Amino acid sequence: MSVQIQSLTRHAPNASRKMLDDVSLTIEDGAFVALVGPSGAGKTTLLRTIAGLDGPYEGTVLVDGRTLAGRPMRERRIGFVFQNYALFRHMTVARNIAFGLDVLPRRERPDRRAIAGRVAELLELIQLPMLGDAYPDQLSGGQRQRVALARALATKPGLLLLDEPFGALDPIVRRQIRRWLRGLHDQLGLTTVLVTHDHDEALEVADRLVVMQNGRIVQDAPAEMLDTAPATPFVMEFLGEALAFQGRVVQGSFLPDDANVLRFPVAATDGPATAYLRPHEIRLVAEGSGQATVFGGWLGAMRRLEVALGKRTVEILVLPEQIHHAGIEGVSLDITRARLFRDGALLVWKGG
Amino acid sequence: MVFCLRRRDGLPGLSISIAFTLVWIGLIVVLPLTALVLRPWQDGGAVMLRVLHDGRMYAALRVSFSCAALAALIDVPLGLLLAWALVRARLPGRRAVDALIDLPFALPTAVTGITLATLYGPTGWIGALLARAGIRVAYTPAGIVVALMFVGLPFIVRAVEPVLRGLPPELEEAGLLLGASPWQNFRRVILPPLLPPLVAGFSLAFARCIGEYGSVIFIAGNQPFHSEIAPLLIVVRLQEYDYEGATAIALILLLSALMCMTGVAALRRRVSRGLVARGAA
Repeated sequence: MSVQIQSLTRHAPNASRKMLDDVSLTIEDGAFVALVGPSGAGKTTLLRTIAGLDGPYEGTVLVDGRTLAGRPMRERRIGFVFQNYALFRHMTVARNIAFGLDVLPRRERPDRRAIAGRVAELLELIQLPMLGDAYPDQLSGGQRQRVALARALATKPGLLLLDEPFGALDPIVRRQIRRWLRGLHDQLGLTTVLVTHDHDEALEVADRLVVMQNGRIVQDAPAEMLDTAPATPFVMEFLGEALAFQGRVVQGSFLPDDANVLRFPVAATDGPATAYLRPHEIRLVAEGSGQATVFGGWLGAMRRLEVALGKRTVEILVLPEQIHHAGIEGVSLDITRARLFRDGALLVWKGG
Repeated sequence: MVFCLRRRDGLPGLSISIAFTLVWIGLIVVLPLTALVLRPWQDGGAVMLRVLHDGRMYAALRVSFSCAALAALIDVPLGLLLAWALVRARLPGRRAVDALIDLPFALPTAVTGITLATLYGPTGWIGALLARAGIRVAYTPAGIVVALMFVGLPFIVRAVEPVLRGLPPELEEAGLLLGASPWQNFRRVILPPLLPPLVAGFSLAFARCIGEYGSVIFIAGNQPFHSEIAPLLIVVRLQEYDYEGATAIALILLLSALMCMTGVAALRRRVSRGLVARGAA
């Protein structure tokens, strides 16, 4: 199922603050889209608006080309998984999963055997075949999460909306469920929208990331594009550790303000600019007068270095052989792979 | 440095507190109850036999229990509605209503009784209206039920309110998103978690109503075999200097109440399935 959102604006109740500010977004049939951003960015509000929860809004929201208003919930074919799972504690796992079928009007409702069959099928799908008679309180967080998902899937929705579904799980379970969810999405041919504040999670599971900040969409792009060409410094910083170097562009070269940072050629007009790059994209060069100090342990195969550059000190990550080649006394930083920003927008991205 | 870690109880000095509590419970609750249980048998079983053959006592017990049960039952939906309005509706007078609900706790029961008797009496504001419709409330068992409803209502409201407040709004939204109609959502999603506090509130209200005296006697008319409640009969016996008879009725009242409460407790366990952690009970 596809979703088209055009200039959607929502105000906070009793306040002039906008929770969503002129949001436009298209989600194609079969897409796996992640809404990412810091808390308060409007991700959950956007998700709830797509689901048709919550009150009035300005703009249009079309699901499969039709507006949801006035259509009964069961015709909308939307599955929703809440952050706190919202399982019915007084029902067994099986009854929770069957809920969407149990409440169908009699003439549409499958008979008991068919419902039991569907529940068994879903329990198999979420890999908890033995837990149909358990109550939610007897399950672990990861199990509850999967039950909530099975409950949302029971009525065969075309659109699956997930609100921070992995928030309360430990890292190992998170990673497992993430992969499993991606597999499920592909297997069932769903359209999935996932809300998360964890960029790693979003990058791993989604085809496309929609980065939000203060109720607006800052960037909507495939995962790899976000890292190579972030639209704003915020996106750059949100997606991982980033270092900033102030400077200016003069006649096709970026001149950093810091001492012992090498200039590099750029195709940009003259003026002030800020270079952003990841700590591991910086290289050490054996010239100049910078002082590097190794500190901390290993980070994967890389070592953490503290480099004194005259007025300030930056932390970078390098491979050990780099230290070997460049030494740690009298070094400079090569920031050729930086993305350049001017006035909060991407100017040029150099390197590869 | 090495710390010697000891598992601590949540409350400091728990064992001392428990010992202290047990002694006080013994002095305040168990001792008088033991006296109550023993007193009727002091002069042999004759008194007990006499009381057990007293039709007036059975009538009084029947009035007491049936009126208490009926009043508490009517209070359940009323209390649920009130609690709902307090928690969900953002009405302007909410705080005032919130304070008013506890009033039956604070009011001297005699004041309640006299007020209700005046209101529902043949010339009272409500009583006159009802009289025109041919309904008599004051000086009938219906009057007892009205008085007991007044006394029992806060128990239901206060039992349900915190649970209702604690229900995550996502539960209702989940129900609606899964296609439940508003009625199905209430019946299948919201009501079940409220049943344990409703039953608990019912049992508190019921217990209080069985023992209620002051607010009832002014409105009940107190005709033996018709609108005389068991607590009043005990007072009548005391005024006749029939102390054994009074304690015997009290003992039977106590045992009947105990049976009822046990039944209600069993019902509460039944409706709590899945809602309380297993193994704890």
